[in-house]
Amino acid sequence: MAELLSLREAVERFVQDGDTVALEGFTHLIPTAAAHEIVRQGRKDLTLVRMTPDLVYDLLIGAGCAKKLIFSWGGNPGVGSLHRLRDAVEKGWPQPLEIEEHSHADLANAYVAGASGLPFAVLRAYGGSDLPKVNPLIKSVTCPFTGEVLAAVPSVRPDVTVIHAQKADRKGNVLIQGILGVQKEAALAAKRCIVTVEEIVDDLQAPMNACVLPTWALSAVCLVPGGAHPSYAHGYYERDNRFYQAWDPIARDREAFSAWIDTYIRGTADFAAYRAKLAQQEAN
Amino acid sequence: MSAYNTNEMMTVAAARRLGNGSVCFVGIGLPSKAANLARLTHAPEVVLIYESGPIGAKPSVLPLSIGDGELAETADTVVPTGEIFRYWLQGGRIDVGFLGAAQVDKYGNINTTVIGDYHQPKVRLPGAGGAPEIAGSAKQVLIILKQSHRTFVDKLAFITSVGFGEGGDHRKQLGLPGAGPVAIITDLCIMEPEEGTNEFVVTALHPGVAREQVIENTGWQIRFADNVVATEAPRAEELEALRALEARTAAAHGQLGGEE
Repeated sequence: MAELLSLREAVERFVQDGDTVALEGFTHLIPTAAAHEIVRQGRKDLTLVRMTPDLVYDLLIGAGCAKKLIFSWGGNPGVGSLHRLRDAVEKGWPQPLEIEEHSHADLANAYVAGASGLPFAVLRAYGGSDLPKVNPLIKSVTCPFTGEVLAAVPSVRPDVTVIHAQKADRKGNVLIQGILGVQKEAALAAKRCIVTVEEIVDDLQAPMNACVLPTWALSAVCLVPGGAHPSYAHGYYERDNRFYQAWDPIARDREAFSAWIDTYIRGTADFAAYRAKLAQQEAN
Repeated sequence: MSAYNTNEMMTVAAARRLGNGSVCFVGIGLPSKAANLARLTHAPEVVLIYESGPIGAKPSVLPLSIGDGELAETADTVVPTGEIFRYWLQGGRIDVGFLGAAQVDKYGNINTTVIGDYHQPKVRLPGAGGAPEIAGSAKQVLIILKQSHRTFVDKLAFITSVGFGEGGDHRKQLGLPGAGPVAIITDLCIMEPEEGTNEFVVTALHPGVAREQVIENTGWQIRFADNVVATEAPRAEELEALRALEARTAAAHGQLGGEE
């Protein structure tokens, strides 16, 4: 059964130094609040897994929480580069970052394999691509029935996955709607799973066949309204495109970035305080 | 006929390549713009699939990210990302993969990973995304990007997504299910693979573009087909639809459509 916890307590209990962590959400429902809390608590040496690192991992990398990144597309969507990711890869700041690079099809399949309890995923992939030359974990397997050579990649099995969702009921059952990405697979592939939600309700009123994660498959559910900002939560708020643009000059410069996280993340007690400070700054 | 710019010519020329009713796996940025222009003009029944999960998306404005909410709201169905790649792409149901690129070479191979050495990069690009498997498994591939010396290069630092590999029948030897890239559409011209060599040669020049311009903006010794045709200039209804789409997008997002 999932416990209903504050995000602070959930991160304290379920995210440890050195863990392999997946914060998933494919442009939708990105668990930003959880990334902030990981920075506040100063977690170190994390191996971060995410198809699209996005701003959440730019933040964690720049804040010095990560030793390794497993990913398949690392840009700021609609804007350009993730400058903290690039600075870590190109210049080793604030510390060297090992990267393990895949394609989307590969990582999506690797999450499916992880959720399925399998050691690897098999897919038709990478023909003629140089990626297997730089990622020795991309191997091949021969089909025992047809002889076709297919790509084989290790499954993703995080120590902890964090996702954001629209709502949970009081028992901790979670409903996700809209673009699902690999949230369900990432949740079920992990040893522990934290879900932050927009609201907690008496009855999920989930339609038949809806994507519901049962409470007994989760570790913790945390009420964090707005917790996916600047990405969006379908039915609650839209993507904050201006924030994605504003991130570019912040992340481009080491000092600007460090000042920003000192003020807005390390300088706030929790996500609600962060939002208040951000709103105050935007009003000025 | 109103005047138009070369970017509009590129988008219109790319949109025309999408047949009505075809099933198209769409990359964000220029491919998404061209695919939606096709849907809003000659190809109302084109099926647009985005890697985030929407199937049959009909957005009124261009998405900034590959998973914008409007793609989900206007889709026939929204499926998990794993399913998009497993059932719909790998399952062989995609007619056209529509891709952008940071760099392309004469065999239609694409680099979106790195400039310089992979381990000591000069410029770290975003990476593969969905492209390697779209390039492999879509029945055919269209590539759209602006032409310059830096983008059309003799040798790629990194092949992220394969076109015809080393040319000739190399792609066939790789055993890829799809036929590979059938056209590269730029702001200057259209290139198509030459029979046999599968080297991309210019088959159409956009109005007012001289061969010298194409030569200057290509990093390899570009060749021209025996019969180079002139691209038809954008028609009034194409320009109207494109500009209206861009205006709606700018009004909705406060910026132009996203580039992957």
